[in-house]
Order: sequence, then structure tokens, then C-alpha cells
Amino acid sequence: MQRDKSAKLLQNLGLALFLAPALILIGIYIIWPIIMSFDLSLYEWDGVSPQKLYLGLKNWKDLLVDSIFWHAFGNNIKFIFLSIIIEMPIAILIAVLLDRGGKRFDAFKSLFYLPMLMSSVAIGVLFKYIYDPNFGLISGILSFLHLDSLNQDWLGDPNVAFYSVVAVICWQYIPFYMIFFIAALSNIPQELYEAAKIDGATQQQYFWRIELPLLTPSIKTACILSLIGSLKYFDLIYVMTEGGPSNATELMATYMYKNAFASFKMGYGSTIASAMFLIITTAGIFAYFVTRRKEE
Amino acid sequence: MNFIKETKKWYFIFLAVWTLIADVPFLFMLFTSFKTQSELLSGNTWQIPRQPTIENFSTVLEGNFFTYLKNSVIAVSISVVLILIISSMAAFAFSRFKFALNNLLYSLIIAGMAIPIHVTLIPIYVLTNKIKLYDTVFALIGPYVALSLPMSIFILTEFMREIPLELEEAAKIDGCSMFRLYSDILLPLSAPALITVGIYNGTYLWNEFVFALVLTSSPTRRTLPLGIWDFQARYGSDIPAIMAFLTLSLLPMLIAYIFGQDKIIKGMMAGAVKG
Repeated sequence: MQRDKSAKLLQNLGLALFLAPALILIGIYIIWPIIMSFDLSLYEWDGVSPQKLYLGLKNWKDLLVDSIFWHAFGNNIKFIFLSIIIEMPIAILIAVLLDRGGKRFDAFKSLFYLPMLMSSVAIGVLFKYIYDPNFGLISGILSFLHLDSLNQDWLGDPNVAFYSVVAVICWQYIPFYMIFFIAALSNIPQELYEAAKIDGATQQQYFWRIELPLLTPSIKTACILSLIGSLKYFDLIYVMTEGGPSNATELMATYMYKNAFASFKMGYGSTIASAMFLIITTAGIFAYFVTRRKEE
Repeated sequence: MNFIKETKKWYFIFLAVWTLIADVPFLFMLFTSFKTQSELLSGNTWQIPRQPTIENFSTVLEGNFFTYLKNSVIAVSISVVLILIISSMAAFAFSRFKFALNNLLYSLIIAGMAIPIHVTLIPIYVLTNKIKLYDTVFALIGPYVALSLPMSIFILTEFMREIPLELEEAAKIDGCSMFRLYSDILLPLSAPALITVGIYNGTYLWNEFVFALVLTSSPTRRTLPLGIWDFQARYGSDIPAIMAFLTLSLLPMLIAYIFGQDKIIKGMMAGAVKG
């Protein structure tokens, strides 16, 4: 008995040692910052001075009537829909074509993956120059095709900039979803195709009757990934436009960054960050339950 | 039969068009990096350089490029090693032992996968200042490791749960300690999952931007993505030099990709599949 007890104690001590590093780091860098963020949202603070001015819920009230924040939130929503509508069909189409081609199309796969190897910063900087209205790639191609009239200030015109940036983000993420769908397609049992072949199915029937229905769970997952990703997106937008011109490409994350680290309004920045946390967590939980209920 | 041939032609046309869309930006980057400023401004932007010059590359290499590269290698490699050690230890505890808080703690950590990093940004900035790590490469390691843990612990725990219990029961009878069980049995058997977790975090952290932007400021302390950002701000009008910088910064990932294509793709997807 005594021996059992001390063995148990030794095991629990061991478990504590194995778990401690992970729990301490997660506590310091994830859990404490979340609590801290909500706490800071109640203050006015420049991030440097030792004194913080307690405001109560003033920052939150300001946020509710902050038209730039709601404009940014609207952009996030627009961004969700645009990226799902553009990325998913193209990614599915390419994945299906590559899957049907089998090994012969492996070279295409490698060529298509290239955008995934580049950092968002590198992509952002590259496309800033691709979009340059004077000596960028697009203006060069348009003038070669004698379509100079279509040339624009792609990132400088508030009516165009948002779509220009979204196009680049789609370019960046389509390869990712393409691989995602290729992996899902490779799980479809070969017998299904053979059975369909015997029944004399056409190429289109393969797609609508076999591939698309069997991809549906993956498409749902991909849409959730895209939804959450679009709500917290930052990198490329910040690199290409910093949210401008005149807030045309502002997202919640860029607005938060600018408040906290450019205007040194750490309190208000924390309010935006906390609001993002609430919005994204709610969206995540909602998405999780919607997909789960349908699976049951 | 004719119908099949006809569609195959469309396959190729579509795939060729997508090849152009996916890869022409890279050709523009590569071509421009070998051009002189005057050739870029006078000629067609998409053309092959007439008189290729490597001057842009020497401009880049004479600058801080190697410092950025070194900082990236330090920050990412230390982080990945720590992530692998810490997450495998936690995964070992969660997957192999029954204890009162097992499910609760594990669920809490898994929930951490959904946390938007931006909510942690300001507090981590404040903390980094307080502990006097601001503007050092080491400032990045804490958040890099901690924020990678939930996903890594999840992947490793699920993997270790599949490893049959018989092996360790035999070892336990032989009087094997908990630590030996972890280091000599579970860890070697988890090698495939460890490699996936390592690649997933390595590629993600190699390109990480926002923490490096907030937690460092001097050029000698910044990582490669921030190096691109700084270089672009300083040489904004010298497009060929910037393109040379981008080309060089892509090389490490490209080389890694050429050598381990399948593993890298699998690693990159690891985080998504269960997301």
C-alpha cells in the first residue's frame, strides 16, 4: 500500500514536470495576454509612461461609434466572401484536373506550389511593384497589348485598391486550398470511378456526381479556415497599403496595429484587439457547431 | 473517344494559363533582379534582361542581408527545437497517462489553436519591454514557441495515442523510468510526427512578420521578412535591387523545397487539416 502510494506520488510529480514547460509558456504568452488585453481596454495609455488613466468602458463606447472600425469590419466581411467565392472554385477546379491527370501532371503541381514558399512580406513587396502604374508588370503587359486605357493606379485609387489587394491574397492562398483538395480527392476510392465508367458516365458527371459530393466536407472545412483567416488577416495588407488609401483597405487587424503601434494608443488598440477576439471566437464556435450538427 | 481527347486539350490550356498566373510574378522578379535601373525604366517590364548584371545582388549582399539571415536562422531553429521538446513532453503526458486534469488541460490547450494572435500582441509587447528583451532576437522565441504549442501538442498527442501500449508495458516491467519511457521509446517512435511538426512550425516561423515587426526595431536584430520590409523602405526607388533581395530571400525555402518537396507540403498542410 505504502509503496503504491509513493509510486503514484512519484508519477504525479513526473507528470507535473513533463507538463510544466508547456503550461507555463502558454500561461505567460497566451492566457495572461488575453486577460491583460481586456484589462488594458479600460485605460488610456501610451505604452511608455508609468501612469495609466482609467476610463472604464469609454474605449468600448467609442469603438461602437467608430466609423473607421466598422468600415474595417465591413472590409473583413467583404474579404471573407470574396476570398471564398474566388479561391474555392479555382482551387477545386485545378485540384480535379490535376487529380485526373495523375502523375503526368506532377510538374504542374510543383509550379503551382511556388507562391506558398514566399513570405507574405515578400509577396506584398513584389506585388507593389507588379502593380506600379508606371513601370510595373501589369502596366507593361497592358501597354504591350495596346490596352493602356485599362491601366490604373491599382493600389493608389481607393475604389480599386481593395480588390487589387484581395486578388494578391487569392493568388497566395489558392495553391494552399488546391493541395488541400488534392489530398481530399486522393481519398476517393478508385472503385467509384470504375463503377461510373462502366455506367458510361461523362467527365462532367464524374465531377457533379462523384467528386463534388465527396469533397463537400473538405469544402466546408476550407471555408471555415478561410473565414477565420480573413477575420484576422494582417500581413499582406499592411505591407502593400498599410490600410490606405483613405482606409480603403483597412481591416480590423491593421486598424488595431496602427492605433497601438503608430499612434501609441495602447488602450484603444487593446479594445480593438479584444473586440477582434470576441468576434473571431464567436465566429469559430458558430462555425464549429454548424458543421458538427450537419455531420451528425 | 474524340470527346475525351477534346477535353484533355482543355485541361492543358487551363493548366497552362494557371501556370502563367502562378509563376509570371516570379519571372518578373528574377528578370528585374538582373536588370539595371535604366533598362527597367526604358524597356518592356516583362522582357528578359538584355545585358544581365549581378550588381544588384552585390548591393544586397554588401548590406545587412546575412545579418537578417543569421537572425532568422537563430530565432527559427531555437524556437523549433524548443517547440519539439516541450510539445512532445506534454503530448507524452496527455497521451499515455490518466490523471485528474488530463481532459480539462488538454481541451484548454486545444482551444488555444483558435486564438487570434493579435489579441496577444500588445500585452506581449509590454511584457517584452518589461523583461528587457525588446529589440533582441530572443524576444521572438518566447511568443514563437508558446503560440506554436497548441497545434504541436495536438498533432503529437493524437499521434502518440495510436502507438500501441504493449511496448511500454514490457519496458515498465523491466523497470523503465518515466523519463526513459519518453526518451527511448515514445520519442523515436514519434519521429514522423515530430518531423511534420518541425516543418510546419519552421516554415510558418520563417515567414512570420507581425511579432518581428513589433518586438524588434534595429536592422541588426531583425529577421529576413523584416529585412525585406526595411530594405524596401530604404531602397524604395531601386526596384532591381529590391527584386534581387526578394530573389535571395526566396532561395533558402526553394532549396529546402527542392530537397524535401513531399515532406514540406505535408508539413505545411499539417496545421490546416484539423483546423
